[in-house]
Amino acid sequence: MSDRIINILAEGFGKIMLASIQVTIPLTIIGFTLAMIIAIAMAMIQYAKVPVFTQFARFYIWIFRGTPLLVQLFLAYYGLPKVGIVLDSFVCAVIVFSLNEGAYCAETMRSALEAVPAGQLEAGYCVGMNYFKIMQKIVLPQAFRTAFPPLSNSLIAMLKDTSLVAEITVADMFMAAQKIVGRTYEPLWLYIEVALVYLFFSTILTILQKHFEKKLSAYNSRETVIKDAGSARGRL
Amino acid sequence: MILSVKDLKKSFGKKEVLKGIDIEVNKGDVIALLGRSGSGKTTLLRCLNFLEKADGGQMTFDGCEYDLKKIKKADMAAIRKKTAFVFQNFNLFANKTALANVTLGLTAARGIPKKQAEDIGMQMLEKVGLADHANYYPIQLSGGQQQRVAIARALATDPEIIYFDEPTSALDPELIGEVLSVIRKLAQSGMTMLIVTHEMHFAESVADHIIFMDNGEIIERGAPKEFFYAPKEERSREFIKSIKMQQEE
Repeated sequence: MSDRIINILAEGFGKIMLASIQVTIPLTIIGFTLAMIIAIAMAMIQYAKVPVFTQFARFYIWIFRGTPLLVQLFLAYYGLPKVGIVLDSFVCAVIVFSLNEGAYCAETMRSALEAVPAGQLEAGYCVGMNYFKIMQKIVLPQAFRTAFPPLSNSLIAMLKDTSLVAEITVADMFMAAQKIVGRTYEPLWLYIEVALVYLFFSTILTILQKHFEKKLSAYNSRETVIKDAGSARGRL
Repeated sequence: MILSVKDLKKSFGKKEVLKGIDIEVNKGDVIALLGRSGSGKTTLLRCLNFLEKADGGQMTFDGCEYDLKKIKKADMAAIRKKTAFVFQNFNLFANKTALANVTLGLTAARGIPKKQAEDIGMQMLEKVGLADHANYYPIQLSGGQQQRVAIARALATDPEIIYFDEPTSALDPELIGEVLSVIRKLAQSGMTMLIVTHEMHFAESVADHIIFMDNGEIIERGAPKEFFYAPKEERSREFIKSIKMQQEE
């Protein structure tokens, strides 16, 4: 590897990391947080079979799962100005990502809610809790445990999909790399570099997923309490 | 009288499961509800706590009258707060420890401070002999232990009546005894209970009254001695005979 390439990669690394801090990471965090809020709301509406709202939720999910993310981005950024809606490119990216990701995560959450045995809800009623308390204390925590691995998957996928926002002029990591490629004609090295940075962030998310999965599954393991209590009394 | 039900009816689709049931429960009564599978015992119990919505009937609970067909959500909630239910398959909250299972009805449903609820919770776990398992999650307990925690959970809210839906049917034979002995103790302490069971010896020795159901109707009711040794109805005789045959096998 020549000194020139090393210099290009060093410059590229700084610019890619800066773009990650300015765009990719905030877009992922804000977008996914909003997506989760949408997802939980849509899933709970369907779980409770709220009339009209359920149909609305199905319609929303149908639209956003059924059309490509890139088309949605283009439509929002280049199409909407034609009807007088002009959005800042980053804001536009946040909105499209939360709506798109929200549709997928809503399905994950709905299936997880439905996987909680009906007896859990019945037992909740029988000890005198109301529906919302039961959801809060019993059903949602259990559903979240089931949904956590597929939701983590969605988060990692979304992190990588943010590279599409370069197409609507948002200066993310990928665009930072593209710009340097345009000037230096070194696509091989620079795209490897940016790929490695994506890989680095995905790896962090994977490690976090493992950690939290372990925490969340405390009640699913036969060994947890024994360790916590530091005693081996009882059945084990 | 704590509970009375008149002409309770329930159908699932076209199948009439309960064909007009009348029951009266007085304070301290221990009533065993017997009958073959599919006779409607469990559905009756579930209707009493609104886990199934009855199609019709009158209920008097703690002095208040309700039309079961039109009962309001608030009334259902109020009645549920004065009752408790023990399920065949325990239905402990999977994400809560044994102690939290017992205290949740106090903290989340009745606004009792956590500390006070935990004191009550520990007392109840003590009663069922599981105080040393307070921090175990349901998955870490045997079936018998889970059902005892479920009984502690039922006791914690100081109910007027406890409904038991086949509390030992999901247990391995060697675990049935520990659960029955807890229920027996409750009976001796004067707890009002309505118990759906297939344990005939238990019903005979613990219950003050037997209600025998078949095909959605109450066929016979009376004291255990009369029911088991001098049943009045033909269908009761057949039922008792079939059980005796099973036991001899």
